[in-house]
Amino acid sequence: MVELKSRRKSHPLSEEKWYLRLYVAGQTPKSLTAFANLKQICEEHLKGKYSIEIIDLLENPKLAKGDQILAIPTLVRRLPPPIKKIIGDLSNSERVLVGLNLYSGKE
Amino acid sequence: MPPTIEKLPRLDKVLTGITGLDDITNGGLPKGRPTLIYGGAGSGKTLMGMEFLARGAIQFGEPGVFMSFEESENELITNVASLGFDLKQLIKSKKLFIDYVSIERSEIEETGDYNLDGLFVRLNNAIDTVKAKRVVLDTIEVLFAGLKNEAIIRAELRRLFRWLKDRGVTTVVTGERSSTTGMTRHGLEEYVSDCVIFLDNRIDDELSTRRLRIMKYRGSSHSSNEFPFLIDSKGISLLPVTTLKLEYPVSTERISSGIFKLDEMLGGKGYIRGTSVLVSGMVGTGKTTLAAHLVNSACQRGESCLYYAFEEAPEQIMRNMRSIGIDLEPWVKKGMLHFHAVRVSEQGLEKHLLTILATAEKFNPNIVIIDALSDFVSLGPFNEVRQMALRIVDFFKTKQVTTMFTSMSPGQNLEETGVGLSSAFDTWIHLNNIQGNQERNRTLVIVKSRGMAHSNQVREFVMDSSGVDLVDIYAGQSGAFMGSARVTQMAIDRAADVARAESVTWRERQIKEKRRALESRIAALRAETEAEIKEAEIILSQEHARDKTLIANVRAQGKSRSAKR
Repeated sequence: MVELKSRRKSHPLSEEKWYLRLYVAGQTPKSLTAFANLKQICEEHLKGKYSIEIIDLLENPKLAKGDQILAIPTLVRRLPPPIKKIIGDLSNSERVLVGLNLYSGKE
Repeated sequence: MPPTIEKLPRLDKVLTGITGLDDITNGGLPKGRPTLIYGGAGSGKTLMGMEFLARGAIQFGEPGVFMSFEESENELITNVASLGFDLKQLIKSKKLFIDYVSIERSEIEETGDYNLDGLFVRLNNAIDTVKAKRVVLDTIEVLFAGLKNEAIIRAELRRLFRWLKDRGVTTVVTGERSSTTGMTRHGLEEYVSDCVIFLDNRIDDELSTRRLRIMKYRGSSHSSNEFPFLIDSKGISLLPVTTLKLEYPVSTERISSGIFKLDEMLGGKGYIRGTSVLVSGMVGTGKTTLAAHLVNSACQRGESCLYYAFEEAPEQIMRNMRSIGIDLEPWVKKGMLHFHAVRVSEQGLEKHLLTILATAEKFNPNIVIIDALSDFVSLGPFNEVRQMALRIVDFFKTKQVTTMFTSMSPGQNLEETGVGLSSAFDTWIHLNNIQGNQERNRTLVIVKSRGMAHSNQVREFVMDSSGVDLVDIYAGQSGAFMGSARVTQMAIDRAADVARAESVTWRERQIKEKRRALESRIAALRAETEAEIKEAEIILSQEHARDKTLIANVRAQGKSRSAKR
């Protein structure tokens, strides 16, 4: 884990693949806002090396347990490790970047 | 109860199955509504919640969902296994669903608006999976620690409880007690207004006792007292003693005390089944001995006995009883006699009480011995000890179990001995030690015995290797005697009797002698007189003869003179 961290620091935006999951419960305005915000941030900072999976818990309620989802919407950074969770509509992009450990990388 | 009350629509309730809780709530928790159970750390909230679900699933066919915010599924399964519930089996048979919700604040970042739909979805899914009727949220307050936006949490909690009510599930929410306000730490009372139960684990005199109190029960009568409860291998048991009524079956069956002479004193038949017997007395007066006899005779009849030994180890009791010819060991081996030995100082009064009742439930005895009640005096104020005795007596009476309490009395004073307990007991036997003539002798007296004509005589209580006996105290010419004095006095009196008997025969003989002497004198006198009479008669007859001769002579002389006639 220490090794990974140091590697990420030295090559913040290297070839690492970003795998993100956005948990929603139905097509609510909140989830739509969150998705739009996420898309924008990713395009800006992770262009070409990210994938977003949207999980609608109304369709797959059992999936909530795996990532310990309580709040909706929740963004989970599956990769790179460690797992990070950001809850809310992602309206504050700075906080999202902090949450995804992307903020430090930008400097 | 007036009939009008019966006609009113009543609050539907759901039985918890937890021993005692359904009694004090008059039928359980409000159906389809949330109930708050709160208390300090380790007060038994989680266990109570889990028992509510497990019993619901097993006893009432109501599947349940346990949403845990603190302990993982495996931890819960392990913890509850000690209460005798096999959660794995319940989960497998789809009667229970455990969802562990873990919130790691360190890995969560919050930005912007959100709600707790994830929680709703999970709960909804869980309820649907097992068709749950009961839900436990343990402890939902963790949300306040895991998430930052308190306004959202509060709004969502309000929505959650409304949603649970709409789903019609009976919910138990646990909450942590705040040491400053005395209420829940995050004010869960605000959301759960139907039924609030407080659990307390208090330490008095270094002994901890768990207590439960119903703080609130909307639309229902409930007992407002504090009730001690116990968590043991059978789960939670609550003792709603104050709900015990003076209504129990009354028996007329008699059971032997194990001592023939004592049965004789007890109206010739012994104790009455299902009654309470108090055996009081000072040290070494034979209280335990009386108890052992009762046990022995009960076991011989094939009844089971439960012996609570608070003073001596069971082995010691058995050894001591063997010395007076009673062997209890075979009964223990056959499982008919069960000793429950525990040091009094090990737990508080309430816990002792609960332990007594819990083991009794398990063992289901016909006879219960509490040896000795007086030991509890060290654990609490006298009034509490009295209450405890009353509770035990009442509890066993409802079950038709005959109880015998031994109690050490501080002095010879009978009133002191009774320590205000007398009314709780149907039969009171007092043993005493009377010292005199360089020895102590045991006496036994039946102070009272309800429902029978009993002897009011003080008897001497004699023990030796062949057993015990009750001997009539010897009432001699100069008072009552017992022990060796009795034996001596009996000998003295016997000697006196012999002497008296001898003097009587001597006098009788004297009289006889005298009479004989008198008679012989009479005989002698008579003989003498008769002899005299005879002599006189002889003289008299001789005189007659002489007279005749004289007359003949005169006639002869006349003849010879012939003419002269």
